[in-house]
Amino acid sequence: MHYMVDPGLYALGNPDDQAPVLVTANYKMSFDRLREAIPGRNAWILVLDTKGINVWCAAGKGTFGTEELVRRVAASGLTQVVTHRELILPQLSGPGVAAHEVRKRSGFTVIYGPIRSTDLPAFWDAGFKATAVMRRKTFTMRERTVLVPVELVGTLKWSLVILPLFFLAGGLGGDAGFWAGMLQNGLFAVIAMLSAVVAGAVLTPMLLPWLPGRAFSLKGFVMGLITSALLVTLWTRGFSEPGYPTRMMAWLFIIPVVSAYLAMNFTGASTYTSLSGVRKEMKWAVPFQIAGGVAGVCLWLSSLLIT
Amino acid sequence: MERFVYLKDVVTLALDPEKCIGCGMCLVVCPHGVLRMNNGHARIVNRDLCMECGACSRNCPTEAVTVEAGVGCAAAVINTALGRDGSSCCCVIEPDKDSGGGGLKTSQSARSGCC
Ligand code: SF4
Ligand code: SF4
Repeated sequence: MHYMVDPGLYALGNPDDQAPVLVTANYKMSFDRLREAIPGRNAWILVLDTKGINVWCAAGKGTFGTEELVRRVAASGLTQVVTHRELILPQLSGPGVAAHEVRKRSGFTVIYGPIRSTDLPAFWDAGFKATAVMRRKTFTMRERTVLVPVELVGTLKWSLVILPLFFLAGGLGGDAGFWAGMLQNGLFAVIAMLSAVVAGAVLTPMLLPWLPGRAFSLKGFVMGLITSALLVTLWTRGFSEPGYPTRMMAWLFIIPVVSAYLAMNFTGASTYTSLSGVRKEMKWAVPFQIAGGVAGVCLWLSSLLIT
Repeated sequence: MERFVYLKDVVTLALDPEKCIGCGMCLVVCPHGVLRMNNGHARIVNRDLCMECGACSRNCPTEAVTVEAGVGCAAAVINTALGRDGSSCCCVIEPDKDSGGGGLKTSQSARSGCC
């Protein structure tokens, strides 16, 4: 799989020694987005070695950083290629690049461009000036939705372990025998767990701005609570069984905490959560999730024994 | 436009007006409009919008603005607590992948725990 572009200097169109120099990461999508954003224009593109990682992540890790930029400028012989001394960097590389140091060490002035590559033409036409709107990182419904598959894949590994366990355990209790129990309680357990995943990894990210609270765990918890309440209300099979109330109670515990946990993990994908904030949130959220999860599982297991 | 605000009063962002020379770099790089210029000095106006990305402090020539930079990611906090490499949490703005490399120490396990 090739997601990388070779680092170095590339020509877009027919750039001369006056053409602007745009800097990007060697993650293929970063490179392609940049190229596609400015069709028909002449520019130099300086690709840094960020180990195939996008601008924002690489800047956070420091691979899209002052060191690499200065080194790449020297290695590409840029001073011979262009007469001006300006580099245009994506704004999101800011956490890795110290503009004043780049100037000191390479002679090039860093100009931070817009956050979205689609704003590049407007930025270019304005004489390489970004508007305030171009400088804001957004987190729109679309941007959140494209992250959902990534979140789901993240839960896959655990789901493959936990779901079969619930399914099998469902057959253990009750009068009806192993197979009937599995199809009844085990199947419901699987549906309930899947609904928790949907609540925490799909619905919470999408409905983020409308869910109450600021902490992601809280948003996920509320979403899980709604989901579990709906599920328990709608599921009437086995209503007359003695273990039914306990079993449903168990899911009112488990679904919200699983959803809260998954929502908490979505902080990593969001574009506005701070590390201090996540640490603070986790300090209360994680013990709460563990306690709720353990209580729920105990309730559920005991419900299987009630006959 | 939806504007997201995370937890109140938690960030480590600080600004020393004495050191600030008013170059405006911090305003340029900040992705959340946290800072504004006021009488030739930068000022923090939207503290709770700060995500501690560290762009402002990295680009401040006089170290007037400081922040404990990090990625606000629960998986990174968990990985750090478990003694794994917390810094290799990738912020999933777009799914990306290390191709080749291979030799990077714990990035494999940390990555899967993260995205
Ligand atoms: S750390 Fe990032 S979000 Fe916070 S003020 Fe600085 S540039 Fe803005
Ligand atoms: S970057 Fe530093 S010196 Fe420049 S305006 Fe911001 S705080 Fe002041």
